Amino acid sequence: MSRKLSTGVSILIILAFVFSMVPAAVAQEAGGGEIIDRVLERGKVVCGGRTDLAGFGMLDEAGNNMGFDIDLCRAVAAAVLGDPTAIEVVPLTAADRGPALQTAEVDLLSRNVTWTSSRDSQWGNFTTIMFYDGQGFMIREDSGITSTDEFDGATVCVTSGTTTEQNLADFFRQNGMEYEAVIFEETPAVYSAYEEGRCDITTSDKSQLASVRSGFAEPDAHIILDITISKEPLTPAVPHGDDTWFDTVKLVMWALINAEELGVTMDNVEEMKGSENINVLRLLGQEGDWGYTDLGLAPEALANAIAAVGNYGEVYDRYMGPEGLAFTLPRGPNNLWTNGGLIYAPPIK
Amino acid sequence: MAANQPSIQFKSSIPFYRDERVIKAFAQVVSAVLIIGFVIWAILNFLDAAEARNMTLTFDFLEEAAGFPISNPPIEYEPDMTFGRAFLVGLVNTLLVSVTGIVAATILGTLVALARLSSNWLLSKIALAYIEFHRNIPLLVLLFIWYFSAFTQLPSVKESIIWPGIIINQRGFYLTWPRLTETGQPFAIASAIGILLAIILYSVLRRRREITGKDTYYGPISLAILIILPLIGWLLSDGTPFQLDVPFLKGFNYKGGLRLTPEFTAMFLGLAMYTAAFIAEVVRAGIQAVDRGQIEAARAVGLSTNQVLSLVIMPQALRIIIPPMISQYLNLTKNSSLALAIGFQEVFSVGKIAINQAGRAVPVFALVMLTYLSLSLFTSFVLNIYNRRIQFVSR
Repeated sequence: MSRKLSTGVSILIILAFVFSMVPAAVAQEAGGGEIIDRVLERGKVVCGGRTDLAGFGMLDEAGNNMGFDIDLCRAVAAAVLGDPTAIEVVPLTAADRGPALQTAEVDLLSRNVTWTSSRDSQWGNFTTIMFYDGQGFMIREDSGITSTDEFDGATVCVTSGTTTEQNLADFFRQNGMEYEAVIFEETPAVYSAYEEGRCDITTSDKSQLASVRSGFAEPDAHIILDITISKEPLTPAVPHGDDTWFDTVKLVMWALINAEELGVTMDNVEEMKGSENINVLRLLGQEGDWGYTDLGLAPEALANAIAAVGNYGEVYDRYMGPEGLAFTLPRGPNNLWTNGGLIYAPPIK
Repeated sequence: MAANQPSIQFKSSIPFYRDERVIKAFAQVVSAVLIIGFVIWAILNFLDAAEARNMTLTFDFLEEAAGFPISNPPIEYEPDMTFGRAFLVGLVNTLLVSVTGIVAATILGTLVALARLSSNWLLSKIALAYIEFHRNIPLLVLLFIWYFSAFTQLPSVKESIIWPGIIINQRGFYLTWPRLTETGQPFAIASAIGILLAIILYSVLRRRREITGKDTYYGPISLAILIILPLIGWLLSDGTPFQLDVPFLKGFNYKGGLRLTPEFTAMFLGLAMYTAAFIAEVVRAGIQAVDRGQIEAARAVGLSTNQVLSLVIMPQALRIIIPPMISQYLNLTKNSSLALAIGFQEVFSVGKIAINQAGRAVPVFALVMLTYLSLSLFTSFVLNIYNRRIQFVSR
């Protein structure tokens, strides 16, 4: 074999190996109904989540996944499979989550993802906004800064591959200020660099800042400025291509919200099955078809979800309420629409 | 391959299926078909899979505005510039840390190897400890130690360590650095010509000396050029050609001077020190492979220790050292992708962000792979030329 030919052949072989890495994922291709079939066959919902953000996705002392986002995943597992523990959480970094959803590597991405138009068109289908958030800034109290006008020349720690990163660039550009960005892919690295003093400021969704601050050595030494520079609707998303699965997940989210509206809780769900309120009976599958026939679910699927994780308010309070496991964050916009918040879901009927 | 098939002649009564030449040719053709078939299948499969996920292989997005910031871009970059530009910034950072890392690792590695071979017990053991420490701990761990346990633990800006010529704090190392003034251009040009000319004269005259045996005074002549030309440039540049850029505190941070960010420094030191341990072993192996008799003979004819090293040991050791050294250089370049973890934005970390912000995983990964492949092939190409030059020449 001539020298040139052998080089050519070796390059071809290298390319072939590279390209052949793709087929492993071919079986997971998402067409109509394929994800829900896959979930039923596997007996498990694979959720893209995280383990590094108190309140949203964290580990308990036994190493089990828990958190607001994880509970949403459990609710789906309870509704579809009847077992809230039938989940597998794949921890994803901010930069990895898009491709993971695009390639349908996960059945459900519940990892405080901001819903944006470009993500909706590229990544997958976004279900229902489950957390209304906005980007804020955290600074050291002793820095003496009181407003964003004093940010010129500051160093800012931020997570890569986020809307935060883009908003930050826009914010400083619009205000004609200079800054130095220090960018990490892993969220813990961002906050550890900030806490050590590598940066003057760190920025993210306000809920995330509150969560992270609660884990600092001296939480009181840091303040979250009272300014919100963006809309961050955090929304669970599913891969493109399976309408049945999309509807199923969406309905489970609606159910949690409706349950709070109707006063159905984790504890009283059985008792409420005998309620006088027709809407409660519909939600719990006691009367009428809320859509389960078409989705191929059990009539009590939504009731199971509520029994597993509780209603929206219960999930919120479990982690972020006054007695929350992670930290306390007033519900604000995440209150029900009936209480002056933005949380609102179409009726279950 | 098929072109190389031996011509088959049936002279004897051996049936063709037992003819060794036929069997060999047949095996060649079959393996060629299998390999090419596999390649075609893999490419088609890849294109199908990508198509099915709506992940097309277009590079149009490189023209779109990136929208994300990059920390301390080495070349001008703003978030409103394109993805292509962002990628270029990453590439420059990769080159920056790889080239400086390779130079530093080579020097440090050679010194450690010499220390390891030294007859001084303490020096030799220190070198051994250094090598074993770095060889047995994963690079990523070392990088985390450098970054999070060393550099971010430095004093805050207000409590900076201020030494003559250097200011150290959490935000980096600020060196007082000479910068060209507006009138400094003639000096810079003259210096560049001087250096180039000195190198050329040195090698040409030295070669002449080796061929003819006459003394060509290559040392003094090139040194003179190296001094005189910049001096002329200085005179031409009308006043001082450069000034010292001293860092000063402004707002949150120091400004001016030459700034090495903690991210770059951690990456550079981590990479260089880690690779130096491997290079030290390569160099030691090369030196020890030189026959003891050579050294004894060199001593016997009265060469000094330095002469033994530079005229007898090194020329022979280099032949053994260079090939594994190329691998180490390639490793260093590829390992620079770990910078992702400590916030130094080289080509891979910019690529990862682009994947997310542009939603184009396939083309970005293709681009990143192509970048590393080109860098590695280029490094091997250059070093292989050098390698060929120093190999034994049969006279």
